[in-house]
Amino acid sequence: MIKVRIPTPLRTLTKGQGEIEAKGGSIAEMIEHLNGAHPGLKDRLCDEKGELRRFVNIYVNEEDIRFLKGKDTVLKDGDEVSIIPAIAGGA
Amino acid sequence: MAKMKSLVCRECGKEYPTQAMHVCELCFGPLEVKYNYDEIKQTISRETIAQGPHSMWRYHDLLPVEGAATVGPHAGFTPMVRARNLGAYLGLDELYIKNDTVNHPTLSFKDRVVAVALTRARELGYETVACASTGNLANSVSAHAAASGMRCYVFIPGDLEAAKVLGNLIYKPYVVEVEGNYDDVNRLCSEIAAEHNWAFVNINIRPYYAEGSKTLAFETVEQLGWRAPDQVVVPMASGSLLTKIWKGLNEMKTVGLIDRVTTRVNGAQAEGCSPIATAYKEGRDFFRPVKPKTIAKSLAIGNPADGYYALKAAAESGGAMDMVSDEEVVEGIKLLAQTEGIFSETAGGVTIGVLRKLAKQGIIKKGDVTVAYVTGNGLKTQEAIIDAVGRPVRILPSLVSFEKTFKMGKNGQGGA
Repeated sequence: MIKVRIPTPLRTLTKGQGEIEAKGGSIAEMIEHLNGAHPGLKDRLCDEKGELRRFVNIYVNEEDIRFLKGKDTVLKDGDEVSIIPAIAGGA
Repeated sequence: MAKMKSLVCRECGKEYPTQAMHVCELCFGPLEVKYNYDEIKQTISRETIAQGPHSMWRYHDLLPVEGAATVGPHAGFTPMVRARNLGAYLGLDELYIKNDTVNHPTLSFKDRVVAVALTRARELGYETVACASTGNLANSVSAHAAASGMRCYVFIPGDLEAAKVLGNLIYKPYVVEVEGNYDDVNRLCSEIAAEHNWAFVNINIRPYYAEGSKTLAFETVEQLGWRAPDQVVVPMASGSLLTKIWKGLNEMKTVGLIDRVTTRVNGAQAEGCSPIATAYKEGRDFFRPVKPKTIAKSLAIGNPADGYYALKAAAESGGAMDMVSDEEVVEGIKLLAQTEGIFSETAGGVTIGVLRKLAKQGIIKKGDVTVAYVTGNGLKTQEAIIDAVGRPVRILPSLVSFEKTFKMGKNGQGGA
């Protein structure tokens, strides 16, 4: 099982849960699985072409998937995934 | 009618009430304050502004708070320095330094954004404030929270300059040093913010917080005699400051304070962390995140949330972006200090380094009215220049020792 942390804006789709379990061998598969359990979730994360929206950041075990293989990043049992909206600091 | 209409998503346009939230629930796009410009236009004028306080709050009409400033009443209205010496060195006839190294109370431009953020946080009923910071923001949040009696948590990366750590501790907030870089701190804080009902100035309060940076543009226009400059050079970390300076310049036109804005907005980054400037150079409208490695730690954000909008602002205004090496950052700090007597932190070294490059390349021209934003104080980043400034000349406490060391002639023109 993969543990997924859900940001506030998506909790309306997860009955208020901040942490849920999911399956999938990659980020793309995980999103499909999440969408099965919580319909509408994929549309919020991905645009019409199925690409991740540009203000959605996804991390696997604290690492940004853009430093890994993006949506093809491989997931294994016990991995922790965070979905986080982009935020700003600094100048 | 209130001057703030709503929060609006910059991506999809969905509107929300003016509460503590920063992300569109539909598309994750950032929310921005929408103003009732028609109303503001009725009351704002050069005269009313000139009669206002000698602080950034003279532009209260264009800031996202309802009542008077309850936090940070003295922030802003910093000197606009006509930089004749540096201008002569760079071949620029009309160069100015907007000097936020002397902002009140914590010596960086962050005092502007924090004054807005905490005033708004109080209006929304918060008693605890927090931030993720590369240093200057944490210093400012800590100081303002102390002065306003709010509980305060600041989260900083584990490798900050000593003065920036000390500059939190003295105000006695909870200082949390996170093992990792700023992007790690930012990610963690986003998750903490979802679990605790705090005013996180650069997370759930961000739509208000970020607007404070516009005051740098407002002051620029007023201090130049109610005209927008031809060129500005702005340091970039998340890209927020550059985006807001562009917005601020255009707002002044929108509300009728100036007739035109033909300013080119140029962005500056350090080579060791230049995701936005690299995207510009490669002609892309999206950036690739990087792992920062630069002495310009206040700009070391590898995943710049406003990078898209900074690229858009540069493109709309016809501005350029460039980056400089760490050596050029140190050179930039020294050059500004030794020509204008202004001691900047590393971010200012980045700005001056890029200003120098753009002037040399003819992108900024001799006759252009140019403003460079120097946003933080050099005493906070001493580690960066400690090996590059030489040592004092040491002598015995005697006239002989002095004369011998300096071989002073009768005209006093000797040297060590």
